[in-house]
Amino acid sequence: MKSGDIPRTVPRQSATFDPYTMSEIRRAAATGIYDIRGGGAKRSVPHFDDLLFLGASISRYPLEGYREKCATNVTLGTRFASKPIELDIPITIAGMSFGSLSAQAKEALGRGATIAGTSTTTGDGGMTPEERGHSKKLVYQYLPSRYGMNPADLRKADAIEVVVGQGAKPGGGGMLLGQKISDRVAEMRTLPKGIDQRSACRHPDWTGPDDLEIKIQELREITGWEKPIFIKIGATRPYYDVALAVKSGADVVVLDGMQGGTAATQDVFIEHVGIPILSAIRPAVQSLQDLGMHRKVQLVVSGGIRNGADVAKALAMGADAVSIGTAALVALGDNDPKYEKEYQELGSTAGAYDDWHEGQDPAGITTQNPDLSARLDPVAAGRRLANYLAVLTLEAQTIARACGKSHVRNLEPEDLVALTVEAAAMARVPLAGTSWIPGATTF
Amino acid sequence: MNEVDLNETSVRDFNGQLHALDEQSNALAWRALNPAGRHCLAVGLDAPCEVTIAGHAGYYCAGMNSQATVVVEGNAGVGCAENMMSGHVHVKGDVSQSAGATAHGGLLVVDGNASARCGISMKGIDIVVKGSIGPMSAFMAQAGRLVVLGDAGDALGDSIYEAQIFVRGDVKGLGADCVEKVMRDEHALALRELLKAANVDDSISPEEFRRFGSSRSLYNFHVDNAGAY
Repeated sequence: MKSGDIPRTVPRQSATFDPYTMSEIRRAAATGIYDIRGGGAKRSVPHFDDLLFLGASISRYPLEGYREKCATNVTLGTRFASKPIELDIPITIAGMSFGSLSAQAKEALGRGATIAGTSTTTGDGGMTPEERGHSKKLVYQYLPSRYGMNPADLRKADAIEVVVGQGAKPGGGGMLLGQKISDRVAEMRTLPKGIDQRSACRHPDWTGPDDLEIKIQELREITGWEKPIFIKIGATRPYYDVALAVKSGADVVVLDGMQGGTAATQDVFIEHVGIPILSAIRPAVQSLQDLGMHRKVQLVVSGGIRNGADVAKALAMGADAVSIGTAALVALGDNDPKYEKEYQELGSTAGAYDDWHEGQDPAGITTQNPDLSARLDPVAAGRRLANYLAVLTLEAQTIARACGKSHVRNLEPEDLVALTVEAAAMARVPLAGTSWIPGATTF
Repeated sequence: MNEVDLNETSVRDFNGQLHALDEQSNALAWRALNPAGRHCLAVGLDAPCEVTIAGHAGYYCAGMNSQATVVVEGNAGVGCAENMMSGHVHVKGDVSQSAGATAHGGLLVVDGNASARCGISMKGIDIVVKGSIGPMSAFMAQAGRLVVLGDAGDALGDSIYEAQIFVRGDVKGLGADCVEKVMRDEHALALRELLKAANVDDSISPEEFRRFGSSRSLYNFHVDNAGAY
């Protein structure tokens, strides 16, 4: 047989050195700097999709859809605060800063959340008047950088969230590149215009839970013990971190999984530090239960919440509420295919655009460019967010009724099974069709 | 003068009475007896009152102060005058870590020494320490002035932005991007005014100080500076 006649194998791409990996190596070699991007983990990790609800049948009694009441309200901050936050739905808007987001986007988040009867949250950089004005319930984040932090705004808030970490980068600080430091952002953060703005990873005046307890006392003293104090942690060691947050005096613990987004952080950090929210909820709930504080200290979970099923599953696992960030931005218009041509000009595509730190967002959301941010109509975008929140709520109610629950918070682990061994172990619910919970029961 | 005995009055009640003050209040002078290192004394004040802590204060004394004058006759714990917006805080003893942290304005005067991270992330406050300061002071300091009559510990001004540092004694070491700068006439003049405001002895001259600030080489990331981060 002539050599030219020998059948050849088709070209085979390496599973280890796949096209994305090799493109990253080439990018690193060309630039000498790690890749920075926005968003949360993009890799596939065990998630709520790996769980199913059992629903009612003969052994369980369902509620009539659209007729029998299934309540969704939740109260956050019942432990110490004299003015807890009353929300109509158990879905809040996560902290995202003015600076990382345009003023129009912040206003839209406030409008949408207010229509839906829920809260929104400031971010690194302080509170803007627009945000306060359009948010009926506003949580004020207290971050290591303390950019824009002042006691007057603290008193205007409905709750205070002490940010210890976030799911995208537990243990890491932040970075807002100079392109997004406009005159207004620079003024709010007391920094020169156009420089890279780094946010510290540790608070400047407390270390450890004993200090944190005193810091919380200070915040309560300054605000007259009125406002709920949230502590936000990135999901890493949830059992112990939740216990220490409770010990420190938290009214509410916010637990953010690795799918939770960030404005800008190293890709290697986003993809390789922290754990999925699916694996973090049950240890956190166990911690609260072991302390006798479940439902007394409320648990808000976030990181990859997309639909009402995700909401219902998080609640069934023991959370009191969920928080959304990335999904809220998508509802506003982030990564909209109508901007595909411009995404391609930026070297990306609709659905994958994550260079939020560069400030060139065609959708006008993750930018401080006045021409781009003017594209986002805050009224229309707020309406879209409100609609989306309504759908999440309706979907969660639908599932809760099917499980026979008159309130979404009555969903419970017994309503769930897992599709995979991994998800069964993480969520501590049986593998579907079995009574096996890996690590908890014998097969 | 209103006297409050903290052995009999809770910190909550004490702070509550101070929070009720405004510039129209008749009783703007207060003295807190038996502080015994209690935390969160005189925090969040927002009136032109004068509060004296007759002894040692714990964490966050005068935290987030606006307008008020707070005098601590003893030592003060972690985060004294943290995030102060305006006003005047005077500690006659030593202060622990993170004194004046993140503070936007006002004047903090420490007659004794300050521990580590004095002026960390300061955003406009003036701090005058008549003794020495610990390591990592003025870390990521954004604006304002830190004046030290004694010595400064290691890593002074690490990752500093636009804050200015003046040290009269020795500096054990400078942090990333912090460099010594020329003390020009305008700096000496401004420093003289600040020393005067802090009731520093007239015999101490601005010319005895060295000035430090940012080289601004790390303001925008460049791969060749990666080792400095």
